[in-house]
Amino acid sequence: MNPLTPLLEGIGSTVLLLVRSLRHLPTLPRQFGRFIEQCYLIGYTTLPIVAILCFFIGSVLALQSGFAAQNRAPKEFIGLLVGVSMARELGPVMVAILLAGRVGSAIAAELASMKVYQEVDALVTMNIPPERMLVLPRLAAVAVMMPVLTIVADLVGWFGGAIVCKYAGFISIEPESYFATMRQFMHFDSVLNGLVKAEIFGGVVILVCCNIGLNTRGGPREIGAAVTRAVVTSLIMILLLDYFVTDALH
Amino acid sequence: MSAPAPTTRNPFGAPETPAVGVVVEKLCKNFGAFEVLRDVSFSVAPGEIFVLMGPSGSGKSVLLKHVVGLELPTAGRVTVDALDAAAETTREKIRMALVFQAGALFNSLSVYDNLALYLREHRLADERGIREKVMRALQILSLENAARKHPAELSGGMKKRVAIARALVMEPQLMLYDEPTSELDPVMSATIAEIIATLKEQYRVTTIVVSHDRDLALGIADRVGILMGGRLRFLGRPAELRAPTDAAVADFLNPKIDLRNPRFKQLEMSS
Repeated sequence: MNPLTPLLEGIGSTVLLLVRSLRHLPTLPRQFGRFIEQCYLIGYTTLPIVAILCFFIGSVLALQSGFAAQNRAPKEFIGLLVGVSMARELGPVMVAILLAGRVGSAIAAELASMKVYQEVDALVTMNIPPERMLVLPRLAAVAVMMPVLTIVADLVGWFGGAIVCKYAGFISIEPESYFATMRQFMHFDSVLNGLVKAEIFGGVVILVCCNIGLNTRGGPREIGAAVTRAVVTSLIMILLLDYFVTDALH
Repeated sequence: MSAPAPTTRNPFGAPETPAVGVVVEKLCKNFGAFEVLRDVSFSVAPGEIFVLMGPSGSGKSVLLKHVVGLELPTAGRVTVDALDAAAETTREKIRMALVFQAGALFNSLSVYDNLALYLREHRLADERGIREKVMRALQILSLENAARKHPAELSGGMKKRVAIARALVMEPQLMLYDEPTSELDPVMSATIAEIIATLKEQYRVTTIVVSHDRDLALGIADRVGILMGGRLRFLGRPAELRAPTDAAVADFLNPKIDLRNPRFKQLEMSS
């Protein structure tokens, strides 16, 4: 078999899953309960870890910039550097990576288990499309929650950077000065850019994990393999798409 | 004067619907190079109980999945009420219920919600109507006390009965059972057989049962098919199975334990 065949099959079935799910969009209002449940799982339960991770990413970014700027560049620009890096790149990418690891793995495991134990087949025989019940509410929830998570990630990252700038002896910039530089040189485009990226990454993670889960065949061992495949594929897709989306948005 | 077309009733007082027939024509199914079904043809008349028997791995469950549209044929055709079983639209027009071998109950839902799911998703009744239908189905299968339990809390026999109750709520025109008595003790097997026959008698649902349980087949079937190695080796009335002419069929139905020439040694030689 051509090594490209599984890749093309994977892309094709994922696109098909998106189309089949969107076909059921009019049913979303009556799936409000499922949508809220998924918002809770994707958004609320991921929020603490996003906040912790991004606080330290912002802090480390400020610290490294401080080291690099020592005696070479004005330290005030650390605010701009942390601000732009978090908004354009690290915020959306880190949120997407956490989404793949935390939510994507759970989705793949749940759907793979449902497939292996014939619950998905039972839905089909009951004329309940799995895309409508299992995929659409997750897609809608990720579309709503990704911008929220990304904005939280950006804010916490900026705040982490500000604290390091104030308390690291060799930097010693007041938060007012740090945020003033950020405000002065950073445009809203940077944040918007990050939000667009986050939406794309979030949608791709959910689709990849749902598709791999729903196409699982075999027994319990395949459920584990499906989870690994879903997370690894999601991470590759995030980083791959990051390049192309960044290029396209500039 | 011709006889009126058979109809399917239901336990919920809803109008009767026409019973449906199933036709399997020259069905072939391959998984890669492995041939699972070869040229299988038979038909099931509206309102009939057809039992498909055969040894493990003979392709019975795969055939059943073709009837409900979960598998697509490599060649040949399956029609339900003259509609292609492989088409998604067929499931929209004909209510088919499959009772899976392991039940395939939704583990995250209670028994009540498992039964209510179909009605809620298709908006067939308000919550009061759903409650009435679900409790009636549970009552028919003596499961009223299990309504709030989750599938993990049920025994094997109860899971099968819940799966049948879930199918019943759909008011099916075609009912399919995949190994309904497997992993059950003889008393529970007899109970399930009685339930299948009673549902057919009371509601005139066209029924296909896949099983390797000889007693079940002889006890409830109007007609029996025996599938061996992916081919249909026998098709006829249960009475004809009492003296089968095909040696392989006879050996399947009445296997003799021969310690001087054990079967597993023959398996070793043939592999």
